[in-house]
Amino acid sequence: MALLEVRNLGIAFGGLQAVSQLDMTIETGHLYGLIGPNGAGKTTAFNMLTGMYTPTEGNITLDGVDITGKTPEFISKHGVARTFQNIRLFDGLSVLDNVKLGLHNQMKYSMWDGIFRTPKYRVKEAEMNHQAMKLLKIFDLDKEANLLASSLPYGKQRKLEIARALATNPKLLLLDEPAAGMNPQETDELMKTVRFVRDEFGIAILLIEHDMNFVMGICEEITVLDHGQCIAHGTGKEVRNNPKVVAAYLGGE
Amino acid sequence: MQFLGFLVNGISLGSVYAIIALGYTMVYGIAKMLNFAHGDVIMVGGYVISTCMTSMGMNPLLSVLVGMVACTILGITVERVAYKPLREAPSLAVLITAIGVSYLLQNAALLIFGSATKSFNSVVGVKPITLFDGALTITGEALVTIVVGVVVMIGLTLFVNRTKMGHAMLAVSEDKGAAQLMGIDVNATISLTFAIGSGLAAVAGALLCSSYPSLSPTTGAMPGIKAFVAAVFGGIGSIPGAMLGGILLGIIENLSKAYISTQLSDAIVFGVLIVVLLVKPTGLLGKKISEKV
Amino acid sequence: MKNMKVFANWKKLDKNFREKTVNYGIVLVAFLVIQILSATGNLKNSISGQLVPICTYVVMAISLNLVVGFLGELSLGHAGFMSLGAFSGTLFWVLNCETLPRPVALIAAFLIGGVVAGIFGFIIGIPVLRLRGDYLAIVTLAFGEIIKTVLNALYLGLDSNGFHLSMKDTMSLGMEADGKVLINGAIGITGISKASSFVIGIVLVLITLFVVMNLVDSRAGRAIKSIRDNRIAAESIGIPITKYKMMAFITSAVLAGMAGVLYALNYSTLVAKKFDYNTSILVLVFVVLGGMGNIRGSIIAATVLTILPELLRSVADYRMLVYAILLIAMMIFTQSPKAIAWRAVMVEKIKARRPGKGKMKQGEEG
Repeated sequence: MALLEVRNLGIAFGGLQAVSQLDMTIETGHLYGLIGPNGAGKTTAFNMLTGMYTPTEGNITLDGVDITGKTPEFISKHGVARTFQNIRLFDGLSVLDNVKLGLHNQMKYSMWDGIFRTPKYRVKEAEMNHQAMKLLKIFDLDKEANLLASSLPYGKQRKLEIARALATNPKLLLLDEPAAGMNPQETDELMKTVRFVRDEFGIAILLIEHDMNFVMGICEEITVLDHGQCIAHGTGKEVRNNPKVVAAYLGGE
Repeated sequence: MQFLGFLVNGISLGSVYAIIALGYTMVYGIAKMLNFAHGDVIMVGGYVISTCMTSMGMNPLLSVLVGMVACTILGITVERVAYKPLREAPSLAVLITAIGVSYLLQNAALLIFGSATKSFNSVVGVKPITLFDGALTITGEALVTIVVGVVVMIGLTLFVNRTKMGHAMLAVSEDKGAAQLMGIDVNATISLTFAIGSGLAAVAGALLCSSYPSLSPTTGAMPGIKAFVAAVFGGIGSIPGAMLGGILLGIIENLSKAYISTQLSDAIVFGVLIVVLLVKPTGLLGKKISEKV
Repeated sequence: MKNMKVFANWKKLDKNFREKTVNYGIVLVAFLVIQILSATGNLKNSISGQLVPICTYVVMAISLNLVVGFLGELSLGHAGFMSLGAFSGTLFWVLNCETLPRPVALIAAFLIGGVVAGIFGFIIGIPVLRLRGDYLAIVTLAFGEIIKTVLNALYLGLDSNGFHLSMKDTMSLGMEADGKVLINGAIGITGISKASSFVIGIVLVLITLFVVMNLVDSRAGRAIKSIRDNRIAAESIGIPITKYKMMAFITSAVLAGMAGVLYALNYSTLVAKKFDYNTSILVLVFVVLGGMGNIRGSIIAATVLTILPELLRSVADYRMLVYAILLIAMMIFTQSPKAIAWRAVMVEKIKARRPGKGKMKQGEEG
């Protein structure tokens, strides 16, 4: 059975059908792309997958567990992590703390352990620091560990968001426009990082991206959305040559 | 019949709340700030009117007019001096500044007029009317308050919806940046909002002190808080909401005073607010805010 | 020589640890200075009368900072929890201070005050924490006022048949001849045997510092701060939002309840009117002026602003007016973007004169 199975997924806001009849199947280890023009419903689909929005139809199954309409907390604990189109870091906290928050549900100690500084507190905090630094090192952020997250340059903030998501130990990672605002050189580097993450952590990655070189260069399978509907699906080559896709991007009929 | 009497007085008190709440709601809508000093403007209005009438022997209507002018100037000045420098600051900073202004007005009044409660001569000259063979008496104050309340509400609604300046106010409250790009003078519009709100507060002060004829430096505090509750109750930022919230609050307060307990009436008023917000988190007529992810 | 070594090592220590030590140090030094002044007879009466209230407000400010500064929710009803703690703790104290050993009764009174306030924090938190922003603020204000109004109209008596409760007057308590009125409506609790002292106040401040500083700098505290910084991101990484909001809210209520006991046992009478929204707002002023999420700021602001009206006695009648103007001026100076920019320019100028002294912006709050 596939890792993620999305069947007939749809959501309507009032009278507006933002996404309808979306089907997707993602296997562990896959790099999957979700593309489409602005307003096609890509981020809305992400929001349903992560429990931010409750779908009005269809269902989502992750690793055999039905996660349709569950809370973001439940879905995160079951192995879906994400980044956001407009970066959402914990600006007032250090880079290290941002990643340690990702570890929140992996390494636990109670409020009382924290207040009374019990041995358990020391052990778990040391473990968290170790684990978080390991992740930061992968993204070349270990030197900035004690800086405020908001003081990082844009590209590093994007990386930190990915590191934080990975800290939750996901089976599926959703990246919402990871290459937005990056120059070609940074994009190249990001491509390598994404592949590395997939191989190193053995997880599936679903990403939204407008940079076609990025998507075509990295994704093994692509679904194209337009006006909330899936208009094409297949490998990069298949999608690129699909007349419907060309029409959707150029705005023709 | 008794019930009707309580109801009429409730609507009268509610009209005062509604007039104050309009000031709260307009300022909130446009400046996104909780103007805690708004209640104290009522008090200032009360003192100015009282001074005009008793010390200078002016006629009541003229006194109210002087009170309105004084409060309008006060409102604009306070906005310029205390709130404007903080327009881009965190909203809590503005809130605390408003509290500072509230202390300032109360203590200035304390120094000028003393802490003792003064009696206030009613500005209303209308005689009470008796209905149902003397079973129901409605005071002139209650009557005038309700009439003024209705006039203010209709006038303000027409102003906001029909005039250019009213549209500018709506535009600024919707999106300050966009309004500026459309050539609207944002500063002038905000000043105008404070001016209208403060002018109305003076009217409310006249009506309130006429119905409950006493005046002290803290006179405005509780009605201010109640009106704030009324504004939230109806959906803060919404003009019809402030009216509805104000009148409902007045009725609830008066009826619970009459039938349940005088001491606990405030608790009941606040209790109703909590229940309403739990059922409708943005108030009775408030817009539903959806968050973008 | 040894001192130099300590100083050199000091800088290498963890920043959080340093911040905490300084905070404890400030409180202890203040305590010692006051004790010395008091022992040598150099402490003015007007100040010594303010010592317990200062400790009370410091505890109130730190505990409110947990909700406003660290959780990021505006609460305008903090005095309500103070009031609940004050009434329940004092009631226990009045009933038991003669039968139980005084220290035992006193500690129990503080615990009861904290627990009662905490229970109400939980009950009130359930509906309140579903709301956001200004709506949450107004509902906390409403709860605070409800608590004040109800306590103000509450009559409680004790006779040989047990407790009697009424919301009307003492007569309707329907007590036997031996009955004693414990809570007398607006008159409140009277004849309290005073028990608070500066030492107890300082101990409570230290306990509050210990709890809040350690909580904030732990797994739970990180979760609380993450909700403040970005609620949606916190949800997306699986932080249980309600749980941590509740944790901050209840902890804050418990500490406010204890502060209430400290405050109440400093006087012979206790009335509900003292704990209205003006008190809540006063505490909020301490928090905002001291800096959101800045514990040291809360301590300093609460202390200075409680003494300030006393120090302004020389201007007698004008003191509250001066206080109000100072408050407005301080807000504009510390918060307005123009003033902040101007200060940054000044700092740069000073730094330019003293090269090598520039510090990197680092870490977070203390």
